[in-house]
Amino acid sequence: MADLTAAEIADRSGPGFAIGITALAGALFGYIAGNTLGAGLIGTLVGAVLGAGFAWVAAGPLSGSRAGGRWAAIALCALLGLVFGGIGGAVGGAVIGAVLGWIAYWMVRTDYRKGLPPYATAGQVLWHNAFLFICGFIFFFLIAPIAVVIPLSFNAESFFTFTPEMLALDPEGYSLRHYRDFFTNADWQQAMWNSLKIAPVATLLAVGFGTLAAIGLSQSHIPFRQVIMAILISPMIVPLIISAAGMYFFYSRIGLQGTYWGIVLAHAALGIPFVIITVTATLVGFDRSLTRASANLGADPVTTFFKVQMPLILPGVISGGLFAFITSFDEVVVVLFVGSAGQKTLPWQMFIGLREQISPTILAVATILVTISILLLTTLELLRRRSERLRGMSPG
Amino acid sequence: MTDTRQTEGTVPLGPDQFTGPTPDNALRDADRDAKASMVAADGTPLKASLARSLRRQKLRALMLVAPLLIFVLVTFIAPIADMLFRSVQNEIVVDTLPRTVAALQDWDYESGEVPGPAVFDAMTRDMMVAVERKEHTRLGSRLNYELTGISSLLRQTGRDVEDIGEVQLDAMVGLDPAWEEPATWAGMLTTPDYREAAAEWAIRADEGGRLFDEPPPRMELAEAAQALPLTADAYTDFARTIGTESQDSALEEEPWPLVYMSLVQDLRQFPAAADAFEGDDGARLAALVEALPTIPEVDTRAAFLEIDEEWADPQVWGTIKAFSPPYTPGYFLSAADLTLTPDGVEAMPEDERIYRTLFLRTIFMSLAITFSCILLGYPVAWLLANLPARQANVLMILVLLPFWTSLLVRTSAWKVLLQQQGVINDILVWLGLVGDANRLVMINNVTGTIIAMTHILLPFMILPLYSVMKTIPPSYVRAAKSLGATDFTAFRRVYFPQSVPGIGAGSILVFILAIGYYITPEIVGGTKGVFISNRIAYHISTSLNWGLAAALGSILLVAVLILYWAYDRIIGIDNVKLGG
Repeated sequence: MADLTAAEIADRSGPGFAIGITALAGALFGYIAGNTLGAGLIGTLVGAVLGAGFAWVAAGPLSGSRAGGRWAAIALCALLGLVFGGIGGAVGGAVIGAVLGWIAYWMVRTDYRKGLPPYATAGQVLWHNAFLFICGFIFFFLIAPIAVVIPLSFNAESFFTFTPEMLALDPEGYSLRHYRDFFTNADWQQAMWNSLKIAPVATLLAVGFGTLAAIGLSQSHIPFRQVIMAILISPMIVPLIISAAGMYFFYSRIGLQGTYWGIVLAHAALGIPFVIITVTATLVGFDRSLTRASANLGADPVTTFFKVQMPLILPGVISGGLFAFITSFDEVVVVLFVGSAGQKTLPWQMFIGLREQISPTILAVATILVTISILLLTTLELLRRRSERLRGMSPG
Repeated sequence: MTDTRQTEGTVPLGPDQFTGPTPDNALRDADRDAKASMVAADGTPLKASLARSLRRQKLRALMLVAPLLIFVLVTFIAPIADMLFRSVQNEIVVDTLPRTVAALQDWDYESGEVPGPAVFDAMTRDMMVAVERKEHTRLGSRLNYELTGISSLLRQTGRDVEDIGEVQLDAMVGLDPAWEEPATWAGMLTTPDYREAAAEWAIRADEGGRLFDEPPPRMELAEAAQALPLTADAYTDFARTIGTESQDSALEEEPWPLVYMSLVQDLRQFPAAADAFEGDDGARLAALVEALPTIPEVDTRAAFLEIDEEWADPQVWGTIKAFSPPYTPGYFLSAADLTLTPDGVEAMPEDERIYRTLFLRTIFMSLAITFSCILLGYPVAWLLANLPARQANVLMILVLLPFWTSLLVRTSAWKVLLQQQGVINDILVWLGLVGDANRLVMINNVTGTIIAMTHILLPFMILPLYSVMKTIPPSYVRAAKSLGATDFTAFRRVYFPQSVPGIGAGSILVFILAIGYYITPEIVGGTKGVFISNRIAYHISTSLNWGLAAALGSILLVAVLILYWAYDRIIGIDNVKLGG
């Protein structure tokens, strides 16, 4: 037995192994579903029977048509859910059916051995799948918190959690009231406008100064390069609370504390390292002979910069600008100290809301912000690809 | 090995070390001659021309960097320097109590005695000026950090100190009602020029109303006033203080009792001083000298003790003396749970020691977060690095999305999830895994902070790990396996050692970020799960002990800079990657 591979074991034992595992998974889902209805034991039994049945069907009658088998599983489980738990139960049942159906075919067709050499031992197969499962769990850990916020923001009640109506998929349980609140509440609107007034100006300052400096820094003969670089990068290195404390002390000395320009200057300083890093990285791939050729053809340095250099490094400048923008738009620690009540930004308002737990409007704002970050991420990815294409590298 | 010079003559030299001419020398000479004679188009030697051009290039590069450098220096480096400076700055004591600090120089705390009358006299003067400027309460709160109770002592004294010398004032006014007139004093002690300027200033002040902020004219003392040094000094203080603080003219206000007291003191010491004055002033002073025995003595020391017995405690005076220098290590000592007492540096009382625990907790929690990030980040990074590019790119989005999502959004998500009435607890109860009565407590404690911060900082671990793992050739592990290593051995002996730089980079990055975090612990940390940063914020905005906040911040800053230095040595700052 010892020198048999798992595949051979699976072949010899026929669909029994697959039926067993699927029944186990079915029992687990059945236990969960049963518990919500107050009958864990019965649920477990029903689940196990269903799982075993699916695997048997997948191995026998419907072994040829995967899609058909899976739809049948979904339909059956959804029906069961509908009978015992209403519309919410139907959706839950459909999800369980989809997963169970998938597991059944995955087991029966030995897809779990995909990506492994045919000589892999049973232990190796087990470890491989356990590893994938762990990774899936970690990805879930990364995304779930953000994903949970989105449906909760449509909550009809002022709760921070799912109400029974929401779970039953009752349309009464959902509403846009928190979005409405965000767009009509004076505090939130004021905060949004403040954010929109501060971030672009800070970004403009950071990008303007930063691009110039990055061009200067990328020249080969610049003296004290290390020291200058360390100073320019320092706002990224120093913990925000320390920057905030220092700025609070210093800006109140020079009368900038609590003013619009105080926050703009502070945010520009925080955004500068990102501009410097992205633009210098872009300049590494910049062909210097192009500027020389331009000068040779009679262009003055300003024309050369705007007509030749700028279009080529633009992707780097834009992504640096996006980093600077999101830094300012997201920043709360410095603004808490340097700003005054009249300059409350969106993150500040959220921070107050979280600390004092006022309303789930925060979740509506969070959903809007998540949408913005998805857009930003897409833009950045497109920019990166374009920049790599310009430099002659293949995307990916 | 160390004696190479002695053996120089005997050991054969290397080819470059011959002192005689070699073919090499001739080549170099020729090269040098050729260079020297080469000229640029405008006739200057090429070398000079090149050097000039290089200099111009350097200058131009510096000019491009200069605006940003100045910008960052002003908006960022200056604030940090200011904070470092504030952590040792302590001018408030010597600024508020200059005379007392000078008088205390001669007093020794070790003697265990209450300071002499000179110190109390100086204190009376300092306090009167400070009360008028409303500075004594600020001094009180400063010294209260060091010795509890000083704040209320100074406030109490501030209320009563103006009455000291009242008896002498009454006696003098009883002797000659002219002493009550502000003009008497001004005429006796100041020059006519000053009086004229002050009168004009007073008119302008009346017209200007609230917005008037012109400083009063500089006090010019009459020549004769030098005969009464204490009086002149007290009067100058009086005129300046009421002028700057309440825009009152010395010509129109009755002087403080302190001035009367000083005059009596001066005249007791120099009875002949009256002779320096002419006319009415001289006569009035002579009459006062005559009547001196009838004017009651004022013992400032007794007066202070009457206000509050605490003044008899050498501890109070010792504290004032210990914190009289303009710079103090006091805040740093407080940050290490020590305190500067008159007896030297001592440990804080047991129940007030919080900072060491807090620093240790910050470090421990940052380590725990770093460790859980390694644990969760390593498998994911491995998967991303070993999957085909297309699948890896899709999964990479799952890592980058949280990275790009607002910190506040992620923190609020965790608050929603971890609360007792939150999503996780609800699901557990709904599934029947946990009873409704004993919902898990996952927020407002260490657990909450560690879970939420691990999630927030995980991308910072995955990204550097991924970029290092991407460079490890898969053929090495295959070679190890073909040589007979098991999967585990191949991982342990071949793959893992090559991924250690990635772990190092990610760990330092996560640790540095974690150690200075503020927002997340503030929201999900409760009281047990907070970091040193939260304490800094507390001291800035709530307790207003800015010096201590600055000292805590400086310690944190130094720790972070040391870690960054290590990071730079191991990985290089230039290699910081921003999200792929």
